[in-house]
Amino acid sequence: MQMNMVSAINNALDIALRESNDVVLLGEDVGKDGGVFRVTEGLQAKYGEDRVIDTPLAESGITGTAIGMALAGLHPIPEIQFAGFMYLAFDQLVSHAARFRSRTRGTLTVPMVVRTPVGGGVRALEHHSENPEVLYSHIGGLIVVEPSGPYDAKGLLLRAVHMQDPVVFLEPTRIYRLFREEVPDDAYEVEIGKANVLRSGSALSIITYGTMVQPVKNVVEKKRVDAEIVDIRTINPLDEATVLASVKKTGRAMIVYEAPLSFGAGAEVAARIAEKALYELQAPVMRVAGPSLPYPFPAYENFATPNEKRIGDAIDKLLSA
Amino acid sequence: MDENGNIDASLLPGDVDDAKMVSMYKYMLLTRALDAKILSLQRQGRAATYAPSLGEEAVHIGAAFAMRKQDFFVPNFRQHGMYIVRGFPLDRFVLYWKGVEEGDAIPKGFNGLSVSVPVSTQIPHGAGIAYAFKYRKQDAAVLTFVGDGGTSEGDFYEALNFAGVFKLPLITIIENNQWAISQPRSRQTAAKTLAQKGIAAGISCVQVDGNDMLAVYKAVRDAIANAKNGPTLIEAVTYRLSMHTTSDDPTKYRTDADVAAWQKKDPVARVKAYLAGKKQWDDAMEQKTAEEQQKQIDDAVAKAEAFKPDPRSMFENVYSFMPEVLKQEEDAAESANFWR
Repeated sequence: MQMNMVSAINNALDIALRESNDVVLLGEDVGKDGGVFRVTEGLQAKYGEDRVIDTPLAESGITGTAIGMALAGLHPIPEIQFAGFMYLAFDQLVSHAARFRSRTRGTLTVPMVVRTPVGGGVRALEHHSENPEVLYSHIGGLIVVEPSGPYDAKGLLLRAVHMQDPVVFLEPTRIYRLFREEVPDDAYEVEIGKANVLRSGSALSIITYGTMVQPVKNVVEKKRVDAEIVDIRTINPLDEATVLASVKKTGRAMIVYEAPLSFGAGAEVAARIAEKALYELQAPVMRVAGPSLPYPFPAYENFATPNEKRIGDAIDKLLSA
Repeated sequence: MDENGNIDASLLPGDVDDAKMVSMYKYMLLTRALDAKILSLQRQGRAATYAPSLGEEAVHIGAAFAMRKQDFFVPNFRQHGMYIVRGFPLDRFVLYWKGVEEGDAIPKGFNGLSVSVPVSTQIPHGAGIAYAFKYRKQDAAVLTFVGDGGTSEGDFYEALNFAGVFKLPLITIIENNQWAISQPRSRQTAAKTLAQKGIAAGISCVQVDGNDMLAVYKAVRDAIANAKNGPTLIEAVTYRLSMHTTSDDPTKYRTDADVAAWQKKDPVARVKAYLAGKKQWDDAMEQKTAEEQQKQIDDAVAKAEAFKPDPRSMFENVYSFMPEVLKQEEDAAESANFWR
């Protein structure tokens, strides 16, 4: 069935709720309202108010309560309305969700999936366009996933719900309703921790994820360049092997991401390439990313976010280096 | 029970008899002896930073005895008596305070969480566990602890608020020991009591003498009996006779006279006076118990000190699986002999 990302995620949540009574959804406006992006539309009517829970407005409370539910054997899926409000839940994620398994040597675990919309491009107010994937990846103990389309979104989410770990599931707002894909009605999983080679090529490797996958694909198609596109899908833990295999084959690497350039996923990927594939490189590794500044207000965001022109120019430069 | 061990018999909970009181008193003694031992180990460099519970034993022992087996315990970091009464292995307890994660491993059926260092952040976990109990229609309550300082944190209020909205079986004990490291209770809030903070969340709240084991016992027992109807906030007014932790020097911010005034209200001495008055306890019993408990503690310390940390355990308990990139780091450290 053709689905956009909103319906694919809704479908995954529906399956998860149907599969197990341990699964509960909680968050601000997730029930009656179906969420501000309508991702949880219809689920409260179907599964009841005690399984799709409209909570008080408190991100740390939502996340901390979800951690408690998980410790007690439920499998909560909290929604934080926007990633920009998730800083209020940061302490719970870093100090507790990420650490329970480690601090108790596996005797207490936090199986849960925290969903939140990320990224810009929808002309939203301040705090509604954040790209915090690296903040959660740096800690250790949290799995961080960011799908680039409806098929992966459903499969990765179902995989996340079946794991016994805390997963931060980042949903690019811009892609929510951008396009439709063929998505099976039944349950299926997409492996977490495994990158997806979207296009095989030999001239250069473009490593990307989330919102930047579409513009990268468009540019490669338009320019008819023989690029290999690697959608890493899982930010943490990184699928280093797939990245290195691609770079060793092409000899040229570019990392494209929407988050600020400095200390970003690009730095991590570039460092691993430098450590393990330097002598196979024919050109320096290149990063195309947002500028190293707080995400701007909507009138400025098109000046900040990497677009097809910037990606295209970078490809030309990398190929001529 | 007053400072001299006198009780108003009409208020004595019906399920507390002399035998139970003796048992509670013995746990107070064990808690205090273990507390002194770990403090001593820390001073010898044989334990990590430690947070003594001296003077606050009535809160922990009173609450622990009021709980049923199925009730769940969510600590911060000072509820040592609670761990002991609920059967946490003493050697593991010592191991935790030696700075070893294996000491934080929770035995099956313990019905409690590990130590939570960031104050008040554990209360939302209590709310979540209470939600799970209610959701599954389990007859169980959750007991959480927070200090007077912790009541200034946002998570304290967020959790109480959640518990109120969903009418969760969550009992939160404010262990008001008058000091948040160097700052007195008056620096935390202009509110007259800490208990009244529950009013804003629309939940039941009560203030008790936290140095009166029976008062704590009764308040917790009543709260558990009422847990199916919703949460309770209990402020137990007590006093931290010792330091915040072993890295704290209380002489910088409070006088000996302040401490001496509270020493007269010692929660353990008053139980002893009560039992002695009823001919249920004497010096010979005290001596015999001290010897038995010392043996128990020495055995626990010996077992804890025999533990050898395996660096691999750091890596192998982060995720439910071993990511390839983490495995590389583990193998690299081992093959380079960094751990030898």
